Amino acid sequence: MSQLEIKNLHVSIDGKEILKGVDLTVEQGKIHALMGPNGTGKSTLAYTLLGHPSYIVTQGEINFKDQSVLELEPDERSRLGMFLAFQYPVAIPGVTVANFLRTAINSRRRAENPEDKGMPIPEFRKLLKEKMVMLKMDQNFAGRYLNDGFSGGEKKRAEILQLATLKPEVAILDETDSGLDIDALRVVAEGVNALAGPELGVLVITHYQRLLNYIKPNYVHIMLDGRIVESGDAELALHLEEHGYDWVREKYEEVTA
Amino acid sequence: MSEDAKILEDIGEYKYGFHDRDDNYVFKSERGLSRAVVENISRMKKEPQWMLDFRLKALEHYQNRPMPNWGPSLQELDFENIYYYVKPTEKSEKSWDDVPDDIKKTFDKLGIPEAERKFLAGVGAQYESEMVYHSIQEHLEKQGVIFLSIEDGLKQYPDLFREYFGTVIPPEDNKFAALNSAVWSGGSFVYVPKNVKVDLPLQAYFRLNTANVGQFERTLIIVDEGASVHYVEGCTAPQYTTDSFHSGVIEIIVKKGARSRYSTIQNWSTNVYNLVTQRAKVFANASHEWVDANIGSKVTMKYPSCYLMEPGARGEMLSMAFAGPGQTQDAGSKMYHFAPNTTSKITSKSISKSGGRASYRGMVKVYKGAKGVKSNVVCDALLLDPKSRSDTYPYIEIDEDDVTIGHEASVSKVGDEQLFYLMSRGLSEEAAITMVVSGFIEPLVKELPMEYAVEMNRLIALQMEGSIG
Repeated sequence: MSQLEIKNLHVSIDGKEILKGVDLTVEQGKIHALMGPNGTGKSTLAYTLLGHPSYIVTQGEINFKDQSVLELEPDERSRLGMFLAFQYPVAIPGVTVANFLRTAINSRRRAENPEDKGMPIPEFRKLLKEKMVMLKMDQNFAGRYLNDGFSGGEKKRAEILQLATLKPEVAILDETDSGLDIDALRVVAEGVNALAGPELGVLVITHYQRLLNYIKPNYVHIMLDGRIVESGDAELALHLEEHGYDWVREKYEEVTA
Repeated sequence: MSEDAKILEDIGEYKYGFHDRDDNYVFKSERGLSRAVVENISRMKKEPQWMLDFRLKALEHYQNRPMPNWGPSLQELDFENIYYYVKPTEKSEKSWDDVPDDIKKTFDKLGIPEAERKFLAGVGAQYESEMVYHSIQEHLEKQGVIFLSIEDGLKQYPDLFREYFGTVIPPEDNKFAALNSAVWSGGSFVYVPKNVKVDLPLQAYFRLNTANVGQFERTLIIVDEGASVHYVEGCTAPQYTTDSFHSGVIEIIVKKGARSRYSTIQNWSTNVYNLVTQRAKVFANASHEWVDANIGSKVTMKYPSCYLMEPGARGEMLSMAFAGPGQTQDAGSKMYHFAPNTTSKITSKSISKSGGRASYRGMVKVYKGAKGVKSNVVCDALLLDPKSRSDTYPYIEIDEDDVTIGHEASVSKVGDEQLFYLMSRGLSEEAAITMVVSGFIEPLVKELPMEYAVEMNRLIALQMEGSIG
C-alpha cells in the first residue's frame, strides 16, 4: 500500500523551528485537505516531504511505501512515487514543456531499468496530447519554455499536466488554487478529480475553502503554528468558511503559547 | 548499455583523444618559422609570385609586431616548436570513395552519420593543413556556386581570388592575422553568384591530428548581390600533451542585398591555443550573422566582427562559450558602423565551470555621420560554481548623436530552487544542471542545423558529466 505516513515531524529552517510535531497519514485513494492561516507551516511541510535541502528535519519520520524517505534525495523520492505541485513553479528558460516532460519520464524509466531506451516519441506525443486535451490546454503550450512567462493559471495547469503525465502515487498540491480565476480553478480541479482514484493519494494544501467546492476531500486538517490541531471530514472546511480561523486560534492559543 | 550512455561513450572516446598513425605524411616542414619556411610553403603550393610576396610581407609584419598586451596569457605558447605546414596527401580527393581509409575512420569516430553526407551540399574536410576531400553537389555547380579548397580557389579563379583576398583582413590587422597571412594553408574558397540562394548549409569539418601542428586555415567567402549562403564549420581535435596552436583567418564579403551566416562549433582539445580573426564586410541592405559556439581549446581569443559599410547593412553575433577546468574563453564581437541606418546585435552567452574563465570582450563603434544606427548588446553569464569566473569588457565608442544603443549584462547561477524543482520530477542533480545549462544556450542551439544542434547538446551533456562532486 502506497501510504504516506508523517510522524511527529519537526522541521527547522536556518535554525528556526517551523514544524513542531506533525502527524498525518495520507492513504492511497483518499483526498486529504490541509488548511490553515498563512505562515503556519503548510508549505514547509510540502517542501520537506519532497526533500528540499534548506528544510532540516530535526525529529520525526516520513515514511512512504513502508520505507523512510528522510535519507532520499528529491529525485529519489519522486521516482518512488511522490509528487509536489508547487505554489510557485520555477521557470526553466530554454527548456520546452515537452522536452522537460520527456526527460522526466525517461529519467524515471531509466532509474527502474538502466537498459531502457526511453519512451518512444510517438507514444510520448500521444500521451502528452491526451493529457493536454483533458486539461483544456492549447497544443502549442508543449513548445513553450517551462514556466517562462507563464500566467498564474498556465503555471498551475502545467503543474497538473506534470502530475497527469508522471503518474505518482501520492500528490501534494501546494496552494494550487492561489492566483487562479474561477474558470482556471475549475479546469485545474477537474484535472485533479480526473486523476484522483484508488491509485492516488492526494494532499491538498489550501488557505481557502473554495477549492474544496471542486475537489471533495475525505478528510480536512487544520494546521496552526506548526501542528495539526483539528481533523475532521468535509464539514470542517465549511465550518472554517463560515467562521474563519479565529475560533481555532482561541481554542489552541494556550497550547501553542 | 542505454542509448545515451553509448553515445556518451562514443563522444567520450573522442574527447579523450585518438589519433591515426602519423607517419604517412608526404611532407613535413621544419619546426619554427623563417623566410625559408614561408618560401617553401609557397613553392610546394606552386603559387604565383604575388602570393609569395604577400606572404613574405606578412611575415615581416608578424616578426616586427609585439605580442598583444591584453587578454589571456599566451606565454606558454612556444612559437619555435610548431610545424607551420603539414601536407597529408599529395592532392585533394574528388569524391568520398577516394578518401583514404584512415581518414574516413577518423570521420567515423567523429560521428558524422552516413545519412547526413547525402545532405551535405559540399563537404570541405580539412584534415591536417590541407583539403583532402571536397565534393560539390551537382545542383550547386549548376547554380554557379564555387566551393573549393582555398588552394584550388587560387589556382582556378586567380582573378576573383586576388580581387578579394586580404581585403577584409589585411596582414597588418593584428599579429596573428599577419602570421596566418604568412603561412596560411587549407580552408575554403566560396563564391555565390548574384541572386543565388544556397539552400543547404555548406559544411567543413576539420581537425588537428599531430602534436604541434599549426593550423592556419584561411577561408574566403564572397556572397554576390542578392545571394544567400550558410557556411558551417565544426572542429574537433584529440588531446595531446604539448600545446597546439590554431590561428585562422576568415574573410567574408556580403554584397548589396545579400545574406550570409557563418556558424562555428569549436571543440579543440583543451591544449589548443585558438586565436582566430573573423570579419565580414557588409554592404547596402545586406546582412551577416555569426553563430559561434566555443566549447574546447585551452585559450580562445576570438571576436568575429562586421564592418557595416553602407546604409541598411546589418550585422549579428550569437555566441556561446563554455569554459571548463583550465580553459579561458575570451570571446566577443566587434561591430563597426561606418554608414547611416546600419544595425547590429550581439548576444553572448557564457558558461563557466570548475574554475573555467569566460570573458565577453566586445566593441561597438559608430563613426561620425552614421546617423540612425541601432545596436544592442546582451551578455548573459552562467556560473556553475564559485571557483569559476566571468568578466565583461564591453567597449562602446560613439561619434554620432543620432543613435540607439542598448547594453545589458547579467550573471546568474544555477539556482537551488531550479534544481529542487527539476529533481522533484525525478531528474538526478546532474541531469537537472545539464537541463538548466542546455536551456541557457538554447537560443543559440536552435539556430544551428539539426545535426549540429544534436551534437552540441551531446557535447554539453558530456561537459556536465561529473559536475556533482
